[in-house]
Amino acid sequence: MDTVFYTLQDFLLHSKSVTYVLMGLGLLLYVFWWWFLTDKDEKKRLF
Amino acid sequence: MSIKRRTFLGLIGAAGVTVASTGARAAGNAHFDGYPGSKGVLFDATRCIGCRKCEAACNAVNELPAPAEKFDDLTVLDRSRRTDAKTFTVVNKYETPSGGPVYRKMQCNHCLEPACASACFVKAFAKTPEGAVSYDASVCVGCRYCMIACPFNIPTYEYDEPLSPRVRKCTMCRPRILEGRLPGCVEACPKEALTFGTRDELIKIARKRIEKYPDRYLDHIYGEREMGGTSWLYISGVPFSQIGLREDLGYASAPELTSGALAAVPVVAGLWPALLGGLWAINKRKEKIARQEKREAVENAVARASAEAESKLSAALSKAEVENRRRIEVEVKRALEEAGLNDTKEEG
Amino acid sequence: MSQESTASTAPRKSLFTPFNVVAGVIVLVGLVITFLRFTKGIGAVTNLDDNNPWGIWISFDLLCGVALAAGGYTTSAACYLFGLKRYHSAVRPAILTAFLGYALVVFALHYDVGRPWRLTYPIFLSQGTTSLLFEVGLCVFLYLTVLFIEWLPAACEWLRLDKLRKVLVKLTLVLTIFGVVLSTLHQSSLGALYLIAPSKVHPLWYSPYLALFFFVSSMFAGMSMVLFEGTLAHRNFHELMDETHLEEAPGVVTGFAKACSVVMCGYLIMKMFGLALENKWHYLATGYGVLFLVELIGFVALPAYLYAIGARERNRTLIRFTAVWTVLGIVFNRFNVSLVAFNWQLPSADRYFPSWMEIAISLFVVTVGVLAYRFICTRMPIFYEHPDYKESH
Ligand code: SF4
Ligand code: SF4
Ligand code: SF4
Repeated sequence: MDTVFYTLQDFLLHSKSVTYVLMGLGLLLYVFWWWFLTDKDEKKRLF
Repeated sequence: MSIKRRTFLGLIGAAGVTVASTGARAAGNAHFDGYPGSKGVLFDATRCIGCRKCEAACNAVNELPAPAEKFDDLTVLDRSRRTDAKTFTVVNKYETPSGGPVYRKMQCNHCLEPACASACFVKAFAKTPEGAVSYDASVCVGCRYCMIACPFNIPTYEYDEPLSPRVRKCTMCRPRILEGRLPGCVEACPKEALTFGTRDELIKIARKRIEKYPDRYLDHIYGEREMGGTSWLYISGVPFSQIGLREDLGYASAPELTSGALAAVPVVAGLWPALLGGLWAINKRKEKIARQEKREAVENAVARASAEAESKLSAALSKAEVENRRRIEVEVKRALEEAGLNDTKEEG
Repeated sequence: MSQESTASTAPRKSLFTPFNVVAGVIVLVGLVITFLRFTKGIGAVTNLDDNNPWGIWISFDLLCGVALAAGGYTTSAACYLFGLKRYHSAVRPAILTAFLGYALVVFALHYDVGRPWRLTYPIFLSQGTTSLLFEVGLCVFLYLTVLFIEWLPAACEWLRLDKLRKVLVKLTLVLTIFGVVLSTLHQSSLGALYLIAPSKVHPLWYSPYLALFFFVSSMFAGMSMVLFEGTLAHRNFHELMDETHLEEAPGVVTGFAKACSVVMCGYLIMKMFGLALENKWHYLATGYGVLFLVELIGFVALPAYLYAIGARERNRTLIRFTAVWTVLGIVFNRFNVSLVAFNWQLPSADRYFPSWMEIAISLFVVTVGVLAYRFICTRMPIFYEHPDYKESH
């Protein structure tokens, strides 16, 4: 993170973009985590 | 108002969790001073004579279509005008209570934290290091949210263009600045009502003028802090609200106004699945237990019913036995009696 | 097969019903204006100008459209997440209307934005992530996809695509949760759109809680819309409904009435906090204050009370009436925020009033929606469970 931000707008543009990507990954992670968590409970009712 | 508006709460509803956030919070404790040495323009309302030379120059350097009224026609000053798709700047005349008309030039203020840039969902606007807020028509979708957002009502739209409408606004003559030339309007002003320079310098110049002529100026540089600060600055001898510059905008910049709501977005995306998944699991489990209980209840009921039936049956059986026995006894008795009777009859 | 034959004969019999004639006229006018819009520009058909860049195509088609399509996420959440299984028969019609609603919102946006073919730019080309409109755009795009997948099983049953259907049904939980997340986000962000313009929205409607207000009101908006559509559907598609649907309907009606009543109560309280937070009580004594109170008392407090009465006394007529009232209240609220309170400081000469062509396009969009709804309901298993697929979800 050596990029220097001169305006709050530029800073937010960067940080929010990163956040959005992470949000997508987080939601995906949830799905897989859930799958991992309940995998053995009942084979049939996955989701 | 302005003070209250600065306190900005982004609110998110799970169990009333409130994420309070100001602009400063949104960026940790970092703060941003803008591009060093970025340019701006200082407008001095006490010098402007309403000659419309800047309008003409702007029209020329930006190669805009010729207006309906010629630029030397000063009667247009009698009505209030605003920028439009063919006009990046206008000068308006304001009658003030303190006597005499005051003129003010209007164009994009090239905010330090532009609301238009914060609002644009395709990054069409950007604060450039030179100070101008630039616009890129090649990505613009035409949602016009920038026009909603701009507190100065500056961006305009080519509503009559059916297929490729653009947002139009003053460019601070960025191409000319990059060539080392003055903005068209600044160059054309015969009264030096417009001064071009780095913003820091301009603020110093403005301060000096105010200090030197305290009777002539109000002690305020409009745009120094309004909406987080602008690159186009104004000084005046009459209150700014009298020359069409709103004084109730507050000092919070546009990104600060929305950062709270934006900060709530990942909260929802991050927490909702866990909460809702949990809710679902609880209900699933409840359902399962309910189903199990139901089954057990049914089983119990069946068991109880059959037990009852059995006991009833045996009771009935035993009752029947008793009755039977009694009936047999009675029969036997009767038979015996009859036999006895017969006997006596035979005997007799 | 029998369905298809009735479907193809029914319209032929009743081609010139009053409804069809009116709808036909609206569609024709709409097409003419569409032509004008794309040949002469937005300016030729609207009263929009540089001070008022958003008109009723945003206020009604976008803000009201999205709020009233909230029935999809509320109903599916009630059924699948909150475990209210008796709402099951209400899910499909709600999903269908939500899907159509969102599709129409996107359709209507093609008229409003300057270059509609660039509508996917914010998602794929140049992401302006600091914009709340980006948030709205992304979520609406994703949610439309989610709704489409949620609705697909009905189409699969119609077209007999069993394998695809099985996979889709397994995704129900993930899709429901995802749908609620996305709905929370974009419903609230629609309100948050106005956060950037504190100087333009009247203080009574501008609030740091705007996002929350829009989200919470979307809940009862969506449920009321489900109730309202239920009334219409029962009148027009009664013969299509199976026993489960007809049996569950009264329960759904009272259940939703209760839910609405409670949520509206919460909304009312939050609105009060909003005033208190920024100490805006004194505005109540102005003309705008009267409007604000009419909205709050007449269109929130009153229906909340009527819903409560309706639920207590199992008065379904009252509930259905209240649903219409609430829907009107939502439209009123969205118009207040985006039109009446917006630019309130401008002189009345600079204020916006829609042109008849803008209104005609909005009507056109609604009509297209109703026609699509009718087309789908008469062909696919929406109000009834397909006999072959019973017990399989
Ligand atoms: S004045 Fe308006 S258009 Fe100009 S930079 Fe500021 S927000 Fe953008
Ligand atoms: S109209 Fe263009 S520049 Fe303005 S916000 Fe929309 S996409 Fe951005
Ligand atoms: S800076 Fe350039 S574009 Fe802006 S008003 Fe002056 S001449 Fe016009």
